[in-house]
Amino acid sequence: MDKISLTIDGQEIIANNGTTILETALENGIYIPHLCHHPDLEPVGVCRLCMVEIKGRGLTISCKAPVEEGMVARTESNEINKARRMAVELLIVNHHADCLSCAKNTQCKLQEVANYIGIEEKRLQRLRKPTGQFAIDTSNPFFDRDPNRCVLCGICVRTCEEIQGVSAIDFAFRGYGTTVSTFGNKPLLESRCESCGECVVRCPVGALIPKNVQQPSREVKSICPYCGCGCGIYLGVRGSTIVNLRGDPDNPVNRGSLCVKGRFGYEFINHPERLTRPLIKRNGKFVEVAWDEALNFVAKRLADYKGGHFAFIASAKCTNEENYLFQKFTRTVMGTNNIDHCARL
Amino acid sequence: MAGLATAFGSGAMTNSINEISDAACIFAIGTNTTVAHPIIGLQIKKAVQNGAKLIVANPGKIDLCRFAGLFLQHRPGTDVALLMGMMRVIVDEGLSDLSFIEKRTENIEDFKNSLASFDLNFVEQTTGVSREKIIEAVRTYATCKPAIVLYSMGITQHSHGTDNVLAISNLALLTGNIGKRGAGVNPLRGQNNVQGACDMGALPNVYPGYQRVEDPEVRRRFEAAWNSSLNDSPGLTLTEIFNAIDEGKIKALHLVGENPVLSDANAKHVEESLKRLEFLVVQDIFLSETARFADVILPAASFAEKDGTFTNTERRVQRIRKAIEPIGEAKPDWWIQCQIAKKLGRQGFDFSHPMEIMEEIASLTPNYKGISYERLENGGLQWPCVTREHPGTPILHTERFPTKTGRGKFMPLRYKPAAEIPDDEYPLLLTTDRSLYHYHTGTMTRKVDGLNVLRNHELVEINQKDATALGITDGEVVRVISRRGEVTAKVKVRDVFSSGVVSMTFHFAESPTNVLTSPALDPVAKIPETKVCAVRIEKLEG
Repeated sequence: MDKISLTIDGQEIIANNGTTILETALENGIYIPHLCHHPDLEPVGVCRLCMVEIKGRGLTISCKAPVEEGMVARTESNEINKARRMAVELLIVNHHADCLSCAKNTQCKLQEVANYIGIEEKRLQRLRKPTGQFAIDTSNPFFDRDPNRCVLCGICVRTCEEIQGVSAIDFAFRGYGTTVSTFGNKPLLESRCESCGECVVRCPVGALIPKNVQQPSREVKSICPYCGCGCGIYLGVRGSTIVNLRGDPDNPVNRGSLCVKGRFGYEFINHPERLTRPLIKRNGKFVEVAWDEALNFVAKRLADYKGGHFAFIASAKCTNEENYLFQKFTRTVMGTNNIDHCARL
Repeated sequence: MAGLATAFGSGAMTNSINEISDAACIFAIGTNTTVAHPIIGLQIKKAVQNGAKLIVANPGKIDLCRFAGLFLQHRPGTDVALLMGMMRVIVDEGLSDLSFIEKRTENIEDFKNSLASFDLNFVEQTTGVSREKIIEAVRTYATCKPAIVLYSMGITQHSHGTDNVLAISNLALLTGNIGKRGAGVNPLRGQNNVQGACDMGALPNVYPGYQRVEDPEVRRRFEAAWNSSLNDSPGLTLTEIFNAIDEGKIKALHLVGENPVLSDANAKHVEESLKRLEFLVVQDIFLSETARFADVILPAASFAEKDGTFTNTERRVQRIRKAIEPIGEAKPDWWIQCQIAKKLGRQGFDFSHPMEIMEEIASLTPNYKGISYERLENGGLQWPCVTREHPGTPILHTERFPTKTGRGKFMPLRYKPAAEIPDDEYPLLLTTDRSLYHYHTGTMTRKVDGLNVLRNHELVEINQKDATALGITDGEVVRVISRRGEVTAKVKVRDVFSSGVVSMTFHFAESPTNVLTSPALDPVAKIPETKVCAVRIEKLEG
């Protein structure tokens, strides 16, 4: 990739040609406030927060400005501050300020931006809109949509269109009434939404929030147990319970993306109906027994069927190591090649 | 897999998932990718956004068609006719890659002769796809290079599934779309570790690494390694196992983590067979429909409760890691199997961690020779990975094919109709499909409340014309009857399939679809024809 050099806030920076000023600044540890920018998505420049001043050109939004050789940009000036202060005030003015009860608290991009720019409550009061609240959409079983916390950055809309190709949501209505909604303003559950949760992952504020959020105390890297894609995941653990799951951004298969089953289908792990003790059928009923008793019983019975009277059905859900042992067991202990699994289904 | 092994000497995806975005043309046949492999579906969508041409061939107008430049809606079970018709056009129009054919393949003449019976009149009539569309599709596939083929169960689950796969491999050989980035023949495997279970030799005819049990040299090597004398005759396949139970030949069955009562064709027969067994031991994480028939059930740990590796559809071996202790007294399957072997007095099962098992696997499986837990810490490795320094193999067959001659083999084919076709008594063709929200027999996904909210019942998808003719309406519960059994399910009127074709999933124990499906087997791969059977639909009385 071609390299070019430019100056941001007096720092000489070597950048990849074709990237934007915003991307280059962030990569080099220079913060520029932004809300609607997301590295996975095409820039749209709707939040107007990433304003910079380019020498000889004046104010411009940095997420849509490609770097150029010899360019000189500033991220701080009275004019920039004035413009972006107004932009952030208009975003924040009707936003619910009950941050402590918001699941996004401390990870919220709007908090980050407001902290950087500084907010004066007095100025906000003048701007507040007179009308009431939007209804919260709780129809989806995995996440809620609260338009009152939305900053209309459009990241969810673009994720659904650009990445998922589903286009279940878009901007609806006008002026104060503008919101992100489904076709016909129906609940998400009745829309064409596929519940993949990719928008929830990217929402910079608390407008799209998973239901029953619990922060994990630790994360364990693993692989999704559903289809053959083999997506990388992180299991979020709290005590002995899996409380959440996210895509592994470094896995070459999914690069962080997940489908509805992968992201939300982990509840089976801690399900109360899990089998927890060995069972032996006596008089038509299953009776709980100790491991040793169960294993002795199985070994004793299997001893009678060595050779062609025995067959093993292995599992495409089990690990390589386990399948290796299943066939080794069948071939060496039971003396037969009668082993197969559901590869044909 | 048997088909690809015949043509290319190896049965797996020839290329990698991330190469889909490098393809100039994507031909997706018999795969409902956005539903069954959603993350691969994302790659296809991205490729189309970047200008790749997408051709979808499927009996149903699936979601992927929204992104396709061309959609070929062929009748279920007519894939060979469609593909051979396409290749006839390639040959007639001089679109073959002659230098590739000369340098890398064999048997082209025999194959060309077999194209004679596929003139476009016949192909049009058999498949229901117009010749204009076939010609347009072929010209796109043969001229936009690299071109990648993706397929799944829609190709394999037929009484002639092996032929379907061979037809696809012929197509790739004919156009030189093999051994290159963004090209290839790519079966999208269904289960998380179905590739790995095959690699590990959980198959009746091969040891780990597809080494044949009849080969005396191979057998001697395993006998020495395992300190055991081994049986030299291939064992029975899944469907044959159930037949052998009926005949009283197999009396004891050890089954792990599968649910054939719901997943296998002609499911009633499976149930009867299980009842006939003298001894059935089942290892599972839930009391599945199949486990109910067991004499002993051993509680297994889930994937989150153990260490190990899965091999994905692109041959990538990746680590799973223990996140929590097993629930209750559950134990990992590897531990359970070792205990049983030891109780039966057998040496060679003294493993204290799956890492040690992988060392043994690597020592006996050439494709896995370079794989170790230490290396997997830095990310997955794609087999063949033949030494400790080998970086893995994203693209197969770049120089030669692992066949005897080193060349890819063209296979002559003829068209065979599905084993059971609709007639007066059973006038509709039933094909099986999947839902985005559930997985296989639902053992896991039906335990997730939210997924049940998104969908909690079976649907018979039928088009408006057939629904009107039968006097049934959307949402009505009907009986679906085949020669083997009947189930009830709700009707969904949608014009996804053409008239005469209906579709159901098999995720729902309440409507066990596989009671209906046909046990007709592919003669080579022994796959049952769950994609085609004849049914009739009746209104419920009253």
